[in-house]
Amino acid sequence: MSSAPENNGRRRFLTLATAVVGGVGTVGVAVPFIKSWNPSEKAKAAGAPVEYDVSKMAPGQLVRVQWRGKPVYVVRRTKEVLAELENGHNDQLKDPTSTEPQQPEFAANPHRSLKPEYLVALGVCTHLGCAPTYRANDFNEIVEGVANGFYCPCHGSKFDMAGRVFQNVPAPTNLVIPPYMFTASGSLLIGVDKGDA
Amino acid sequence: MKKLIIALVTLLPALAFASGGAHTLKAPIDPTDQASLQNGAKLFMNYCFGCHDTQYQRYNRVAKDLGIPEDLMMENLIFTGAKIGDLMLNSTTDKQARKWFGQTPPDLTLVTRSRGTDWVYTYLKSFYVDPERPFGVNNPLLPGVGMPHVLQSLQGVPTATFTTDEEGTKHLVLDSHGIIITETDGSGELSDGEFDTAVTDITNFLHYSAEPSKLERQSLGYWVLGFLAIFFVLSYLLKKEYWRDVH
Amino acid sequence: MLTSIVNWIDKRIPMTETFNKHVGQYPAPVNFNFWYFFGSLAMLVLVNQILTGIWLTMNYTPSGEEAFRSVEYIMRDVEYGWLLRYMHSTGASAFFVVVYLHMLRGMMYGSYQKPRELLWLFGMFIFLVLMAEGFLGYLLPWGNMSFWGAQVIISLFGAIPVIGDDLTLWIRGDYVISGATLNRFFALHVIALPLVLVILVFLHIVALHEVGSNNPEGIDIKKPKGSIPENEKAPFKFHKMFTDKYDIVDAVPFHPYYSVKDIMGVVGFLFFFCFVIFFAPEGGGYFLEKPNFEPANPMKTPEHIAPVWYFGPFYTILRVVPDKLLGAGAMFGAIIMLFLLPWFDRGTVKSIRYRSLAHKINLIQFCVCFVVLGALGTMAATPVANFIGTVASFGYFGFFIALWFYSKNEKTKPLPERISH
Repeated sequence: MSSAPENNGRRRFLTLATAVVGGVGTVGVAVPFIKSWNPSEKAKAAGAPVEYDVSKMAPGQLVRVQWRGKPVYVVRRTKEVLAELENGHNDQLKDPTSTEPQQPEFAANPHRSLKPEYLVALGVCTHLGCAPTYRANDFNEIVEGVANGFYCPCHGSKFDMAGRVFQNVPAPTNLVIPPYMFTASGSLLIGVDKGDA
Repeated sequence: MKKLIIALVTLLPALAFASGGAHTLKAPIDPTDQASLQNGAKLFMNYCFGCHDTQYQRYNRVAKDLGIPEDLMMENLIFTGAKIGDLMLNSTTDKQARKWFGQTPPDLTLVTRSRGTDWVYTYLKSFYVDPERPFGVNNPLLPGVGMPHVLQSLQGVPTATFTTDEEGTKHLVLDSHGIIITETDGSGELSDGEFDTAVTDITNFLHYSAEPSKLERQSLGYWVLGFLAIFFVLSYLLKKEYWRDVH
Repeated sequence: MLTSIVNWIDKRIPMTETFNKHVGQYPAPVNFNFWYFFGSLAMLVLVNQILTGIWLTMNYTPSGEEAFRSVEYIMRDVEYGWLLRYMHSTGASAFFVVVYLHMLRGMMYGSYQKPRELLWLFGMFIFLVLMAEGFLGYLLPWGNMSFWGAQVIISLFGAIPVIGDDLTLWIRGDYVISGATLNRFFALHVIALPLVLVILVFLHIVALHEVGSNNPEGIDIKKPKGSIPENEKAPFKFHKMFTDKYDIVDAVPFHPYYSVKDIMGVVGFLFFFCFVIFFAPEGGGYFLEKPNFEPANPMKTPEHIAPVWYFGPFYTILRVVPDKLLGAGAMFGAIIMLFLLPWFDRGTVKSIRYRSLAHKINLIQFCVCFVVLGALGTMAATPVANFIGTVASFGYFGFFIALWFYSKNEKTKPLPERISH
């Protein structure tokens, strides 16, 4: 039995090489375990884009469409509402120009939507997740000088008709605008935007 | 080692007593042939899906694996108003099926794994005319089968020949491999060769449906085994290096 | 920096001390051969079963209505679910291949003899629990073979006089195998038995390290203290737990020599393991059986009901005895014989290398019978098969009886003083 101590480079190299290859192997084995946590086909099917025909909507009407388990508020804004948005209560808003990343690129505009006529926003208050109430024509009680908006009953957060959050309320950011697009036939498709389609 | 060899040699005669299954033809499928799979999908949806679900498969998976664009899939292969991500369920309810056929047509997602790919291939080619049956046909692989010969318009009407033994019992004439011999009356849309291709394609599609990840599994396998071979050489050298201390 | 962290831990829990005692300065015989891989491989497979099992539980639904569907959901809709499933199903069969070969090593080299009887007993309990774990797990996919296999085995309990029928009703939780049975089997398979298994494996290793490993020569590497000249002792540092009491010869510390060698063994094993997973997961119909690709159907019995291949030997013994109760008794008796092996063997020479021709022949015939019994267990019960099975059963039980007789005054070869290498 030899008792010569390791004399080499060779032992260190082989140990290192084996350790590295073994490490690669370990990462390889970990991949299926980690990837199996991704949304399954069932979840993806349930979370698939949802289509809604907006042509039947009355001016001022709000419709709730479910997408990925959450309510999407679709509002057909009237001309008065759009005018109100232009006339500016910007100084009362936390983020009037949508600098926070709460919306896709196409919605970084004053009406925060593809088409000014339709607001498409997640009906989820950005404070703690309650569904804000739509107040048409009686929002002045809540914010002076603004006739339409969303008021969250849970802790009193306020949003305008473009989903922008007012100052001095618990909610920190504007309502989230989901990806969406209008199909060739004109109906609303929530869940994909033109870039992905 | 000696023990292992002795053990294995002893096994051989024992295998002779293994029970045999039904005689089957080898299904000449090519799981990598997308054209065949697409044709098989088309035939399956048109001739079989009315009664038999493949309830564990989703349409979008089939579209992706077979190279069919989703909109083509929706237009040509989805008849139930289902969405592309839905499971492949047909419109026949269990109750209706039992009323019409006396039993529920079984789901076919896994049929090539539970009965065998060769069995499915042989089954589809083994229908023959039998006036005593409610649908006028029978099949030696499932005597007394409760389904009609759905592919008859493609194959034509298949008749078998019989022999009668001393007790007067009729027996089907089989070929040397134990497979039924039938002749068609020529009324089918397809020639014998074309019908065989159609059956091969349907079998190929069902074989895919039973395990859609099979091709991915095999291709990943080559990488894994290759990696392990390299790793083995490395670990062997490492062992030899350390054990130089000992020898 | 690392040293001070290690010291901080060592003052509060004996980490380095434990590592040295059991790994870094644990004396392992220098002549471990191929047969000595299977213990560490068994641990590897156990870890595989636990990890893949946990992950499968994340997507499996243990109800009669949803179980079968949830397995297909894992196979298709969960990313890499098919791989996790095949790792688990192949692992179950691999576990028994490895454990049977591990037990065979023990039988060849007399590793069950004094002072390792308790080690052998712990191992046998592990085997018993493993068989139960496999049986319980097999019901979970809720395939047709799952259902009917469980039906047959549980009805065996009905053979027990007086309490039999009540017992089967209690085990099933229903009048037939049903969702109630599935749910409790799930709880036992996922939590109860794995815990028991891990505890038993721990005890198994503690028992091993208390007395030290045997080796293919069957001679001791621990010599009386002071009997070996300094230059002949093994030139490594071993823990004082051993060196205080003995002079250690022909040994190497487990780490790095056997840790490195075991890495090689693991990679070699993984090659075959992965070959099956990626190219033949059904194992020719023996690892994933054909009838199990149909959901459980109380109205339709499979052509022939067979347990999974690894229960084959014991199932055949059960079947060849015409009486139901006696058959069950013979089946359990076969396992009990294995438990009592340290007492059936009255000899003191451990390794087959130095034992009589009679013992060599006896062990070989035992292996042959075991394999034949196993093969028959997967086949239909024909009169010819039953006859062969009966002969093989006599060979199985005969091994222990014959051993008891000839081991008392066996003609053994003289043992060497030292392991030659």
